[in-house]
Amino acid sequence: MSENVLKMQNITMQFGGVVAINNLSLDVNKGEIVSLIGPNGAGKTTAFNVVTGVYAPTNGAVYFNGTEIVENYPYGKMKKLYAGSDNGKFTKRIEPTPDKITKLGIARTFQNIRLWKSQSVFNNVLIAKHLRRSSNVFSATFRLNAKEEKIQREETAHLLNILGLYDFRDELCTSLPYGIQRRLEIARALATEPTLLLLDEPAAGMNPQETNDLTSFINKIRSDFRLTVFMIEHHMDLVMDISDRIYVLNFGALIASGTPAEVQSNPAVISAYLGEDKNA
Amino acid sequence: MENQITKKPINKDMMISFTLLALLFVVLVILELVLPRTSILFTVLKKGAIYALVAVSMNLLNGFTGLFSLGQAGFMLLGAYTYAIFTIPVAARSQVYQYFNGGLIQFTLPVFVAMILAGLIAAGFAFLIGLPVLKLKSDYLAIATLGFAEIMRALFQWDKIGVITNGSNLLRKYPVFKTTIFYFAVSGICIAIIVLLINSTYGRAFKAIRDDEVAAEAMGINLAHHKRLSFVISSFFAGISGALLAMFQTTIQASQFKSAMTYEILLIVVIGGIGSVTGSCISSFLFIACSEWWLRFLDNANLNITSLQILRPGFRKVVFSVVIMMIVLFYQKGIMGDKEFNLGGLIKFFKTLPSQHKLPAHLKLAKTKEGK
Repeated sequence: MSENVLKMQNITMQFGGVVAINNLSLDVNKGEIVSLIGPNGAGKTTAFNVVTGVYAPTNGAVYFNGTEIVENYPYGKMKKLYAGSDNGKFTKRIEPTPDKITKLGIARTFQNIRLWKSQSVFNNVLIAKHLRRSSNVFSATFRLNAKEEKIQREETAHLLNILGLYDFRDELCTSLPYGIQRRLEIARALATEPTLLLLDEPAAGMNPQETNDLTSFINKIRSDFRLTVFMIEHHMDLVMDISDRIYVLNFGALIASGTPAEVQSNPAVISAYLGEDKNA
Repeated sequence: MENQITKKPINKDMMISFTLLALLFVVLVILELVLPRTSILFTVLKKGAIYALVAVSMNLLNGFTGLFSLGQAGFMLLGAYTYAIFTIPVAARSQVYQYFNGGLIQFTLPVFVAMILAGLIAAGFAFLIGLPVLKLKSDYLAIATLGFAEIMRALFQWDKIGVITNGSNLLRKYPVFKTTIFYFAVSGICIAIIVLLINSTYGRAFKAIRDDEVAAEAMGINLAHHKRLSFVISSFFAGISGALLAMFQTTIQASQFKSAMTYEILLIVVIGGIGSVTGSCISSFLFIACSEWWLRFLDNANLNITSLQILRPGFRKVVFSVVIMMIVLFYQKGIMGDKEFNLGGLIKFFKTLPSQHKLPAHLKLAKTKEGK
């Protein structure tokens, strides 16, 4: 079980003088559900953006299934400004674009829902299958890929079916209830055939009932698709319920990690969330 | 029920469309037999077909991929010049290139090869300028592509390369097609290819980029590759429409491909509806008919309807501008919005016209849902 799927090593992400993430190292093992929590502005989404290639980190490396997918070191203007530690440990620059990382098998959802608004539910999932095509633009235009197209449509229908979205397939995605839109975003990420799923606040804006549904939904897709899940979440009920391990970030730095029970009783975490008790 | 999954390539709608297209060609043949060649109707139809093609190609870029580009006139110029330069008969070259000792190129390509070459050259230029330019977003991309078109116009009038482009002089005496059917056929085939592309997996990816670039990239769509693809394909068809324009006009000169031409095309796209192929086609014929034909009488100073004598040459342009303003004010989404024309929808629209066409769109939607 301890096979490493994702490994972030000494990641520092600096925007000018602001250090959004400072020397973050974490790993996610195969089949686990790992949560990344922390107060607002702790750098959680930035961490996701580094893993998915949206930002190139200022320093550090990311490994996926043992192969290095992102690496960078401070250079240029950042060399002077650099405020993190471990300067000089990394020497290469690997900065892939997000689509390449998705192709490797890391799919993500977004904090604020980013569905393709003019498209139907079916098309939203179907478009995500585009990256697994074998056709080129000529064969696609002149319908020489009809077989592949048919398979993709069937797979999409199948996926929608098992995720309980098939009844909405012809609806415009913006006309759906919020919880369904969240679910559709996860379905769309699954359509890219990932092995690691990154969920950015999947329960944001959900009522307790919807959150409950989401918990079982995430458990279900993890076993159905043999996924590893790495998620950011604010709903503590959900996090404590579902996670195998938890990492806690505060002001860009890792302050605690461990099982839900360990994290809950960690004084550093309590002070980060509730503030320091000066009388103590 | 399962129409989305087992979508058959030929269904009822497509059969109707093909029948309509066949009818259109029959009507054209009859018209050509009945009316004199010089009739204004044919001018409008030919120019309309050419503009329909370039408008659809611009729509592919602006409406379906979400790249606001204004370089269409430049690519048309490239296409028109490529076609003209390579098809002028060798015997006529000494006349055409009279200031440049007969020009540099002393061979002639077959007409269809030259037309495809016109598209390829435009596409080649699009590929080259696409490398730096497509990194820009929205307005900046528009400015850069507009600049490219202007540079092309200036460059082709430059005397130093006059041995190829004939400087600022006219290119003429190249083979032209007189029948309207030819323009409809070429333009129709090209538009059909664009429609096929839009409905393919690549077309869906383009729409995803238009709707949300960040999500598209996160879902594995290579932005640079797909944007360049759309840009190159759009320019290819703009080049072919340029070649058609060269044939239509029988003479060609770089100075006519002004930015005003791009704006005309943009206007057609906007009036037709951004993201609607049929909208672009319909509005291109309406636009050309309005500007070339229906409003002509306003220029006629001898008509003397009023004693005010407002009817004078150029007055039609005033009225035309007002018409355009009205359309943009009251039809903000264009004639078709982002919908496509289909016969079933039209019949339904006329059936429901008296009772509910004044209802807001979302209410109408709710009603049809209940009906199911």
